[in-house]
Amino acid sequence: MGKYIGKEFSRVDGVAKVTGAAPYAAEFHVPGTAHGYLVMSRIAKGTITKIDTAAAEKSPGVVRVFTHKNTPKFAHPEKYKSFKALQSPEIVFNAQPIAVVVAETFEEARAAANLVEATYRREDPSTDFFGRVEEAEQAPDSPFSGKSVQTTGDAEQAMSSAEITFEAEYTIPAEHHNPMEPHAAVAYWKNGKLKIFDKSQDVYTVRSNLAAALGVPEDDVHVVSPYVGGAFGCSIRTNYYPFLTAMMARELKRPVKLVYTRRQMFTGHGYRPFTHQKIQLGAKKTGELISIIHEAANNTSTVEKWNDSTTRFTRHIYACPNMKTIQRLVKTDLPTPCAMRAPGAVSGMFALESALDELSYKLDMDPLELRLKNYAEVDPANGKPYSTKALRECYRRGAEKFGWDKRQPIPRSMREGNELIGYGMSTGIWYAFQQPATVKVVLKADGTAQLTSATSDIGPGTYTVMTIIAAEYLGIAPEKISFGLGDTQMPKAPVQGGSWTTASVGSAVHGAAMKLKSRLLSLAQKDKDSPLQGLGPDEVVLLDGRLQNRKQTSNGVSIVGILKAEGMDSMTEVHKETPSKIREDYQLLAHGAQFVEVRVDEQLGMVRVSRAVEATACGKIMNPKTSHSQEMGGVVWGIGMALTEHTEVDDRFGRIMNPSLADYHVPCCADVRKVDTDFIEEDDRVVNPLGVKGMGELGMVGIPAAISNAVYHATGKRIRHLPMTPDKVLKA
Amino acid sequence: MRAFEYTRADSAESAAAEAGKNTRARFLAGGTNLLDLMKEDIERPDQLIDLNRLNMTEITESGDCIRLGALVSNTDTANHPLIKQHFPLLTQAILAGASQQIRNMATNGGNLNQRTRCAYFYDTAMPCNKREPGSGCGAVGGLNRMHAIFGWSPECVAVHPSDMCVALAALDATVQVVDSQGVAREIPFANYHRLPGDSPHKDNTLAPGELITSIELTKNKMAPHSHYLKVRDRASYAFALVSVAAALHLDGNKIGKARVALGGVAHKPWRVNQMEDFLQGKPAEDEIFVDAAALAVKTARPLERNAFKVDLARRAIVRALQKARDGGMV
Repeated sequence: MGKYIGKEFSRVDGVAKVTGAAPYAAEFHVPGTAHGYLVMSRIAKGTITKIDTAAAEKSPGVVRVFTHKNTPKFAHPEKYKSFKALQSPEIVFNAQPIAVVVAETFEEARAAANLVEATYRREDPSTDFFGRVEEAEQAPDSPFSGKSVQTTGDAEQAMSSAEITFEAEYTIPAEHHNPMEPHAAVAYWKNGKLKIFDKSQDVYTVRSNLAAALGVPEDDVHVVSPYVGGAFGCSIRTNYYPFLTAMMARELKRPVKLVYTRRQMFTGHGYRPFTHQKIQLGAKKTGELISIIHEAANNTSTVEKWNDSTTRFTRHIYACPNMKTIQRLVKTDLPTPCAMRAPGAVSGMFALESALDELSYKLDMDPLELRLKNYAEVDPANGKPYSTKALRECYRRGAEKFGWDKRQPIPRSMREGNELIGYGMSTGIWYAFQQPATVKVVLKADGTAQLTSATSDIGPGTYTVMTIIAAEYLGIAPEKISFGLGDTQMPKAPVQGGSWTTASVGSAVHGAAMKLKSRLLSLAQKDKDSPLQGLGPDEVVLLDGRLQNRKQTSNGVSIVGILKAEGMDSMTEVHKETPSKIREDYQLLAHGAQFVEVRVDEQLGMVRVSRAVEATACGKIMNPKTSHSQEMGGVVWGIGMALTEHTEVDDRFGRIMNPSLADYHVPCCADVRKVDTDFIEEDDRVVNPLGVKGMGELGMVGIPAAISNAVYHATGKRIRHLPMTPDKVLKA
Repeated sequence: MRAFEYTRADSAESAAAEAGKNTRARFLAGGTNLLDLMKEDIERPDQLIDLNRLNMTEITESGDCIRLGALVSNTDTANHPLIKQHFPLLTQAILAGASQQIRNMATNGGNLNQRTRCAYFYDTAMPCNKREPGSGCGAVGGLNRMHAIFGWSPECVAVHPSDMCVALAALDATVQVVDSQGVAREIPFANYHRLPGDSPHKDNTLAPGELITSIELTKNKMAPHSHYLKVRDRASYAFALVSVAAALHLDGNKIGKARVALGGVAHKPWRVNQMEDFLQGKPAEDEIFVDAAALAVKTARPLERNAFKVDLARRAIVRALQKARDGGMV
């Protein structure tokens, strides 16, 4: 543990958030702003034959009504092939934007939006993914998970010779992120340059996409996104609304604001796709896996091919010599899916970890023992050593905290009143990614430091952890540090996704601090009498506002003193940190073990997750407080996926029918009981200079399978189709 | 939301009179449902008559009768000592509905008049006879997992969303209303809401302009043996798949009287009188409850996706009766 790293810190932006001082995208007030309101299609597929905007245009306060007829074409559609609004009369999904009414006030725009009338030539939509799995085509390769078909050994041959085999199919419906903050943008142009306040996990990509589409240089686009009220992946891609908002502001020569309603959120960005999976396992009677075949298909749109990488971890988790994974796609007349917390991983592990649980009963073996029996000491797909892997310790610690030894092996053997009690467990896994990131540090002669990097903080506590890292390595108290993010005038950072922000941007903060230390040391050593004479950068440390001898801390000089002696008001360092080459020699993963207890009122079909214990190994823990929040959030997400969340489409109309927080059921407080999170810290010198691995997605990866496994243990009923709502529990 | 005129009423009679003049007027109380519907362009009133200054904000006792003012909030009703003492079933039902924030705003009169949460009713791009008579029913051949198993018509399979009303139905409440001429009348709760038939756009039997002034309950001996059970997709803030309001008057182990109403299964709170008659005079035993519940669901007509509700209703009735017998609350 350092002076700051590893200690509990409350969020540095917490007070601003709860007092309303933190501005979100829609809260930037630009004088003269006009307000847009979207009009959505009432069909899923076909063509607009007529669109009547006359009544809307005459409605009070209306400035203009944009439709495909009067909207300029966006340039370079080939650069970013996502759906763009109002570019043609063609309808490719239901509740697609067909017009935007812009008025002096939001209320006037909304009232007039009701007056836009469209007529269509309607075609029959095809949205029934599960009915069309047989038609699936091979997925394109993925930049993160590689080829869509991957093999190790000969899985088919090994399967046919296995002593014990198991095979089952699993399905997951579409799910939507439903962050609290609706997507929004405020845009205006000044001297041919665009400024846009947007809700984004990736301001630099918004900038390049907008610049290309609007035909202006990237330097003429300024994207600002300081606070994000939850995103979970739905603000990674550049959604259609920033393009529209910037376009309208240019056409109208005035600032324009556009905010999605909750209903519009359901087609205004992507979602976790419908997923169908088939798992085949082959094992010896003693439990050793000899073959895994994992086939997955997810739905995509007609516009783009979204590969959800469902099978991405299957070949990297258990010591199995023969493995095959296949990823397929089915085109549907729905919007393009996108990354949603632990994309692919949580879906794939739901199937794999459920199947492993099913196999454990077939083998009459404790599910945890089966996993330990197949524990991978090196990566089974490529033979690389893990940089660190404390999964075994996670299993042990989690089992102990949970009381796994109290599990009665036979299903239906634990009961209290009307409730059957079940224990289930699962394994979690995620990458230890790192991306190039740049940070600027301004060390000031007043003893403060300002850091900036165009990353995002969608809720994990990025502002806070960067402040902690800067405080640690600059030797300045956290209160004297400010960290700025979410602005394209700041140095480039990667999208906040993949759970890589601390590893990437945090390492850049560390690197910048190391450079500043060296520079300060050289300056200090100009003084012939400096107590630091003769020391190299590794022999000194920045601590408590001083540059001092690491071994003999009384020997040092104040940072402020060094700057003042040089007559400097400040010292600036811009540092780009890139992943080290050494990473390539290792398999880099974070792991976790999840244990849950469910209580099932079998007569009424109701499942409650009464306890969850997560033991997580993701390198060094920078801030236990926000880390706990991350993992607890993962459990909550897992509960939602397992029990309640389901985007329902009426396939006759190709229309999402539950686009509201009342009807799309994210877990509420009463659904979340006791959640215990624990960390097994790993001392990983390979992954990055800070030794951190991603944790944001990891926390949910094993939860749906653990819950399903617990439901089986409680009831003897295996539910392979999420979510496990009362009707499914009754029917099973 | 479309433009509307705002009128502030100063008496129940003047409010009803104002509403009697304009069929496109709506009363505004808590607004928790109406304003949502206006934002979704489902309700399009051209006048809102604000009731919030009216003197209908008290819960009063006179002899065996307890009167709930129409403007008392759901929260205040649930927590009122008289209600907790005499009608714990009502307290339990109210607290099973919506969220604390919504219950704080929602009024008793408004609770009776809330519209269905059928997804097709809520989406103006979809057919719905309740929203747009003659446009068809989207749910009858669509996503009808949440919909009716009793009393529906091919024109409408929506269910009434209230929890409170299920308890009021079981408690034989009466609804006091005043019409646009200032004439008061009383509607037995069973006759207040209606089945869809061929006019599903009418949720209840109020005449145009009629305003609820209060709801009356008569004290009974069932308070110690009543229970509200709600089965739903998540633990809070979800509409019932099936709910049961059960109240028993026990004479030792013998059932003197039983009153049971179901929620989430019909266009109105669904009283099961036949089952109540069956229970009368029988011992309060599990086997009897099982037979009674089977009788209650005998007339069920499930739709394509909600057959589970028949079995669930049967099981929920048994459980609610057991809970009521064993002491009710929790």
